[in-house]
Formats: sequence, C-alpha cells, structure tokens
Amino acid sequence: MPDPMRIRAIAKNGEVNVKVLMAHEMETGQRKDAAGKPIPAHFIQQVTATWQGKVVLSANWGTAIAKNPFLEFTFKGGKKGDKIQVTWTDNKGEKRSDEATIN
Amino acid sequence: MSSIKLRAVVALSGLALVCAAQAAQKEAAPPKKAAAHAKKPAAAKDPVAADFEKFHEIMEEDSPAELFEAKGAEMWKAKRGPNHVSLEKCNLGLGPGVVKGAYVQMPRYFADAGQMMDAERRIVYCMVTLQGFKEADLAKKPFSKGSYLPDPVALVTYVAGQSRNMKIAVPQKLPQERAAYKLGEEVFNYRAGPWDFSCASCHGEDGKRIRTQNLPNITTKEGANRAFQGWPGYRMTGGLMHTLQWRMNDCFRQQRFPEPGYATETIADLLTYMGVNANGYLYKGPGIKR
Repeated sequence: MPDPMRIRAIAKNGEVNVKVLMAHEMETGQRKDAAGKPIPAHFIQQVTATWQGKVVLSANWGTAIAKNPFLEFTFKGGKKGDKIQVTWTDNKGEKRSDEATIN
Repeated sequence: MSSIKLRAVVALSGLALVCAAQAAQKEAAPPKKAAAHAKKPAAAKDPVAADFEKFHEIMEEDSPAELFEAKGAEMWKAKRGPNHVSLEKCNLGLGPGVVKGAYVQMPRYFADAGQMMDAERRIVYCMVTLQGFKEADLAKKPFSKGSYLPDPVALVTYVAGQSRNMKIAVPQKLPQERAAYKLGEEVFNYRAGPWDFSCASCHGEDGKRIRTQNLPNITTKEGANRAFQGWPGYRMTGGLMHTLQWRMNDCFRQQRFPEPGYATETIADLLTYMGVNANGYLYKGPGIKR
C-alpha cells in the first residue's frame, strides 16, 4: 500500500485553497541503475480531487512531475467543515486516496 | 478551480570545494591573527544567500519532510521486529512513550544504557532492546539512498516533528553530560586525516562556505542554532530524507576522516557540543535542504 498523502485545505473568501503532498517515486523510465539496466517507469498518471461527490480537479500527469509531488489549487464553493478527497492512480495501477476536512 | 501550481525541484550545480582552500589559509596563520580575523563584522548578506533563504521559505511551507513524519508516526505505533512490539514504550528521556519535546532535549545521558545518546542512537537502542532488531543489521545500510529509506530515519523524523516550535534544551545536569560536551568540543577541534582537517576548519569561524552552502559557525550560539535547524532534512537533490547522523558521517567523509561508526557515542558527544551551544532557540521541526 502506498504511503499516505498530506492534504491541507483552507477556505477563504468563498474559495478553498488545497495543498497536497504525495509520496511517490515518480520514476521516469529514462534512468539507469548502477548495473546499467533501465529503471522501469513508475509515475502518477491520474489525479482527481472531489468535493461532495463532485470532481473539482482532474489531471493527467506524466514523467515531468518531480518526486514526492506537491500540488496546490483553489476551487470555488467549498466551505469550512466540508470534506475534500484526493485520489491518484499510477501507471502500475497502484492507487491512493486520502481525505481532509476544510478549515 | 482557478489556479494550479506545480512545484518542480531544481537541482543546483555545484562549484568547487571553497572551504578547503580557505581553511588551509586559516590553519597556516598564527592563532592570534586567526582570532582577529574572526572578530571582523559579518559581511552584508550576499544575493545568493538571500535568494536561498527566499527559496527555503517557499519550500518549507509544505515540506515533503512531513511525508516522512507521517510514515515514522505509523512505524512508531506498529508492532514490528522479531519481538512484535511497538516503540510506544521507548523511553526517549522524558519517560516511557513520551515523544513530545524529546528531540530538543537530546543527546542526554541514559542510565539504563549507561551512555550518551542522541535521538537516532536512542531509537536504535529501543529498536534493539524492545523490538529485537539486530544492531549490526541496522548499521549495515543506515542512510537513505535512491528509493531506500532506513526505518530509523523515518522514526527520527517523526520524533523530531513532535518537538516542533519547542525550545532547544540539551541537558547538562549530569557529570556524564558535561563530560560529553567537553569530549564533543575536543572531537570538533581535532585535526587529523590526509588533509589535516577538523570540524573547526569549516565550522570554527564566520563566513565559510562549501560550494554555495554557507556554513554555520558552530562555536557561536546563532551558528549552532543554524546547524541544529532543518534536521532531519529533506534533501531536494535526489529527494532523500537525512538525519544528523548522516550529516555527521558525511562531514567526516568530506574531511577525509575514517568513517565513524553508525550511531556511536562519539557522534552523540559531537551532537551534544552542537546542541548545548544552540540551547534556548526554538526548534522549527524537520526541514528542507537544497
């Protein structure tokens, strides 16, 4: 099971600012190990953020995203006490979902 | 959704080992001259250092170190090792299971072990005595590399995070602790190796640097504080989490000293010297490094 994310969501002036830290290798597949063998690609492909069952962010990611990625976005409508859920899926089919309460 | 920001990690290309040449100069000078040199007022902040600070501020807000804290927290509570017990009974100096504030009060003397121990040394001690891990196994690959993360690193990061915004108060009550400070000071000033280096060669006066990294002067309170802060640290180059154990080990490597043993008492003494010098400052928690 992949490691947990850290999600922080703060409501301000009718908008919710969400900051997400994800623990992921984000291996590009371009690198080689000490023995000269290519290190297989392993990266997050799909990121979705949902609020009250509604998708507020959906992103297709590739290998250009750094290791342990940090994502920040804002959306309209959320308020204090609501839940926000973030899910990622990587190219190996591994998945991780975490939830946070908007402050 | 109105804006999306992604942050990429930028690796910095290095310059030469600047400290080496400067240090050689310093050691050649008679002690009196060196002392006068140290008294010179600190030069105005150079633009590189100022930019680094800005960069740190932005990065520290959402430091990936938190990911390791979370991992360490889970590990702390999990039943692990041959004995299948958690570390929740581990005594970090403030009583069994007390984690809050423990990091800023270590190294300290532990009567049960009869030794000086810093945070990582104590955690290794607990992993061995409580959970039944073998010390030799833990010492085999003690530092982060690639995607490999040693257990003590995550655990130290968690423990350190539990001292965030607390005052650094490395104890000096016991005679053993005062002796450790003296020993640490001696190790700090001990010149040896093929380059005739000591820790003090780079960290004994203001304004030294290696490549673009400004080095703290650990003989001063502010300098020792600067050195204490930010560890355990997330190294953006390679995305690795490192503890002070690694920092000490790598400093000795850079001095071309023989490699110190993992989590030995010598390192604990050295960290006592640094920690006591930094006493009184607020510890900001696990940080981020270039």
